[in-house]
Amino acid sequence: MRTHLLQRFDLVARRLTPFGLSVLMVLVSVLPLHVPGGARVMPLLVLMSIYHWAVHRPHLMPAYAVFFIGLLQDILGGIPLGVNALVYLIAYGVIVSQRRFLVGKSFLVIWLGFTLIAAAASMIGWMLISLIHLTPMNPTAMAFQYALSVGNFPLLAWLFARWQRAFLAQV
Amino acid sequence: MKERSRFASHVSAPIRNLAQRFAYLGLVLAALALMVLGKADIGMVDRFRAEVTDAVAPILDVMSRPVASANKVIADARELIAVRERNQELRTDRDRLLHWQMVARKLEAENKALREQLNFIPGKDVSYVTARVIADTGGTFAHSLLLNVGAQPGVGKGMAVTTGAGLVGRISGIGSRSARVLLITDLNSRIPVLIEQSRIRGILAGNNTYRPQLLHLPPGVTVAPGDRVVTSGHGGAFPAGLPVGVVEAVNDNGISVQPFVPRDRIEYVRIVDFGLQGILPEAEGP
Repeated sequence: MRTHLLQRFDLVARRLTPFGLSVLMVLVSVLPLHVPGGARVMPLLVLMSIYHWAVHRPHLMPAYAVFFIGLLQDILGGIPLGVNALVYLIAYGVIVSQRRFLVGKSFLVIWLGFTLIAAAASMIGWMLISLIHLTPMNPTAMAFQYALSVGNFPLLAWLFARWQRAFLAQV
Repeated sequence: MKERSRFASHVSAPIRNLAQRFAYLGLVLAALALMVLGKADIGMVDRFRAEVTDAVAPILDVMSRPVASANKVIADARELIAVRERNQELRTDRDRLLHWQMVARKLEAENKALREQLNFIPGKDVSYVTARVIADTGGTFAHSLLLNVGAQPGVGKGMAVTTGAGLVGRISGIGSRSARVLLITDLNSRIPVLIEQSRIRGILAGNNTYRPQLLHLPPGVTVAPGDRVVTSGHGGAFPAGLPVGVVEAVNDNGISVQPFVPRDRIEYVRIVDFGLQGILPEAEGP
């Protein structure tokens, strides 16, 4: 009985990790990390996390979790509330509906999928912010961020895949 | 048994699907509603933001410490590489500054003498609170920082945030143990400034790039690259004369200003209380 309870607890803890890792990505992406002499642009770590888990473990990354993660990023980032929440929800909706084209495919296909999703997400984010402020925002930083995200995706995807194999193989 | 489970999945799956779809739509609508609420600028949204930020602030405080150390190691390494040139630069700087020190001493003495002649009443002393940067939102959607100090004497909404180099921004939100700084480069930042030499007034408007623009200059004035931009003190938010930046380029796209504070390494900032908060009642004379 006791081990049963422990097992259940263990399972719940494991199932929460995709969400937990995404929240961690939110925190990491607002850390005051600077490249000396350079502008400060962080890759879209949170979008990578949502993308990875929505493709590989969609039942562990439900829509309300995506909403919560986006909202947390809006709050900490000083961004108008709801912007990232909406961007991530739209991205999530697309990913989940197109999952069958991605699951079990080679990494290149997954990567290509991310480049498309990230492009759409950046574009929607840009439109929302420009709409809220009623001025078209300078897209340079966003383009740079996009390139950085596409370039760094394999690294983070590899880390998530390791995690997935280690802790979520049976889940 | 098998029949039953197949039946169950036959009926339950579409229902679950439908429920999920509704939940998804509901969340999308909730996100949209939040945007509208935020645009309406209701205090509730600000308070909610401050509460959540306060809750996360201790975690960010801890997480940002090793990052700061790592940044320092990298910066140290880079400085070691350039130590010879730097040394030369510093020598010339020192000679220049010694000259300025002499000028400043002379002016100070002159100032004191003149004040004595005029019975000048000095302005209110400014007070500083030093704070550490625990989060930085980066350069895409917004330009703001989070600090590890909350509401306390000397820290309040609207106060100027500076480093030794110049103006960084102002406090735009405050919780019990965290404060948000709206940087001068943020899209929402508008600061009354003037060109130091010519005393031309303008507004420094952030645009989410690292080069804010100088707007609303009087017609017919000329501004050249290299002109220093300082706060004008109009509007009562900031005192006059805080260094802001230097005009970088003047072209068809407008006048861009390079801030004095390098954006890539803000670790500690000073919150400056100049006693200019709000419209205070006039001090009663004798």
